[in-house]
Amino acid sequence: MADTATGATLPQPSRGGWRILALLAPAYGWLLLTVFLPLCAMLVFSFLKTTPFGSRQPLVFTFKNYLAFVDRPYLVNVAWTSLQLGLWTTGLCAALGLPAAIALARATRGRTRQVLFLLTILPFWTNGLVRVFSWTMLLREGGLLDQAVHLVWPGAGSLSLLYSFPAVVIGLVHAYLPYMILTCYLSVVGIEDGLIDAARSLGARTPAVFTTVILPLCLPGLVSGAILIFVPVIGAFMEPRILGGRIGVTMGTVIEDQFTSAYNWPLGAALSFTMLAAVLVIFAAFSGVLRKRLAVA
Amino acid sequence: MSGVEVRAVSKRYGAASVLDAVDARFPEGRFTSLLGPSGSGKTTLLRIIGGFVAPDGGRVVIGGADVTAVPLWKRRIGMVFQSYALFPHMTVAQNVAYGLNRRGIRGAAARAEVGRALELVHLTGFDARRPKQLSGGQQQRVALARAIVTKPRVLLLDEPLSALDRRLRQNMQIELKRIQRESGLTTIFVTHDQEEALTLSDTVAILDRGRIVQEGAPADIYEHPRTSFAAAFLGDANFFRGTVRGEAIDTPAGPIRIAGALPAPGTAVTVAVRPEKMTLLSAGPDPAGNVIDATLREIIYAGAVSTFLLTGSDGAEIKVLSQNRDLAGPAPGARVRLAWAPAHTVLLAD
Repeated sequence: MADTATGATLPQPSRGGWRILALLAPAYGWLLLTVFLPLCAMLVFSFLKTTPFGSRQPLVFTFKNYLAFVDRPYLVNVAWTSLQLGLWTTGLCAALGLPAAIALARATRGRTRQVLFLLTILPFWTNGLVRVFSWTMLLREGGLLDQAVHLVWPGAGSLSLLYSFPAVVIGLVHAYLPYMILTCYLSVVGIEDGLIDAARSLGARTPAVFTTVILPLCLPGLVSGAILIFVPVIGAFMEPRILGGRIGVTMGTVIEDQFTSAYNWPLGAALSFTMLAAVLVIFAAFSGVLRKRLAVA
Repeated sequence: MSGVEVRAVSKRYGAASVLDAVDARFPEGRFTSLLGPSGSGKTTLLRIIGGFVAPDGGRVVIGGADVTAVPLWKRRIGMVFQSYALFPHMTVAQNVAYGLNRRGIRGAAARAEVGRALELVHLTGFDARRPKQLSGGQQQRVALARAIVTKPRVLLLDEPLSALDRRLRQNMQIELKRIQRESGLTTIFVTHDQEEALTLSDTVAILDRGRIVQEGAPADIYEHPRTSFAAAFLGDANFFRGTVRGEAIDTPAGPIRIAGALPAPGTAVTVAVRPEKMTLLSAGPDPAGNVIDATLREIIYAGAVSTFLLTGSDGAEIKVLSQNRDLAGPAPGARVRLAWAPAHTVLLAD
């Protein structure tokens, strides 16, 4: 009877190890099953000559899919479009999200802040498809946006934003802005009031306070927000397809086409892994700089 | 010409009046403490002088010029915050150089100034460290170097030592005093620690509920408190209430004489006596002066000194502080006699 009591209180490393394992195993087991294994299957697919379903031909392995960018030069333009989408969306999210986060963290409190937060997160709770199609109502020729412009300036022509690059960016910014606001908010909330008082007492005016104190201390939030946004945006296919129309050909839509219409899974998989590699290379290139800047904050 | 003067400064937060028409002078090159309990308005007064908060009424004058409307960044004050408020993303040298850079001093000139400031606070060689890699005391000294490197007209210190442990705090008090003397800066120091205020200051101003109740040299304020608040807040005090009758004050504990002139007979008065001024009498004839009976209740031993808690003949609690020169002494429960000089009896205004 005494054994059970002491057994619970005595430090037992092996038992602690088992406990940690027991807590981690379900989540990591699930990830292994649902992410890692299918990803491995896709990696194998990407080296196949044809999609391995519905044919009795023997499997033929090839590297040809990874030469897609050489074989099909138009893909380089598509990749460039995706990269531009990623940069514009991330940049605009930062430009809109950081001021919003600063205002939320420093000028609101209590109930006002709760309501404003709710409004920020609202896009997450709406179905993506509904969200994107509602943008078509706004942006199309003679849509709500055009009508609003004509109220102010009756002679103005149509903006006809729909099926253009800006339309895709607008849809993507709408979808991903909350990530930037939330990550920046966490950074801004961590800035002690005293730091701003100190900067001002040392002779800094508002612009200097922003560039020398607030912006550097928000960098971790901006970077994590940018990573959260940039990666899904360059692979996005729903917004480009619906809001971009003919010009909305991106890596995301090309890959989706391989899986759904062209039925060329190996090419789709190879393109996916090429993109993954490109993203990892970009992050690796920046990680040294980032780690140095983020270590302090 | 960098003395500071506040004239009839008032500040309200909603319905609560924090400062009520405060007048104060902080002479040039002197170290003045604003001492008061929390909520007395001392930090608000400091923030008004610095320009962090605008007063509802009254004027702030620095070096003869009205600066009430001058924005904070133009006021040329140095401030050390309770939380230090060092920029976490900058090195020590960058922190100290911040104010110089804002004034357009950069490069070699700034480096020389930073080096001199770090030398003054004994932190030479710490230039490349980050604030997080420093101890509390070192962070404190960086904050001080950053505040004085720009040669401000006034140095404001907002409880800068309260986050340090006792030993470090005592070292920093000595450092602070030395740095203030060497730089000759007009310094205003906010604290709730009476010992700190007495040790560091040329002048102490005691604040209570938004008013300055007494101002003067530390010894003067301690030996001659004007009100019972000043007597109780700055050090310990035993209070006796009574009525003037002839040459003495008639109190429930017995007649008490004072050194100065008494008010008219029949007036109700309060007097205060510091615990260390009283002595426990051993057997023998009573000395001249004030002598009262008391019962020893408890002895609190603290090495060099002991605090004796006694109950007077009227039931009031009396505290006596005594150096432990002899080992033998009365035990709790003993009836003792307490004596003190009439000159050590302070007549209070309330």
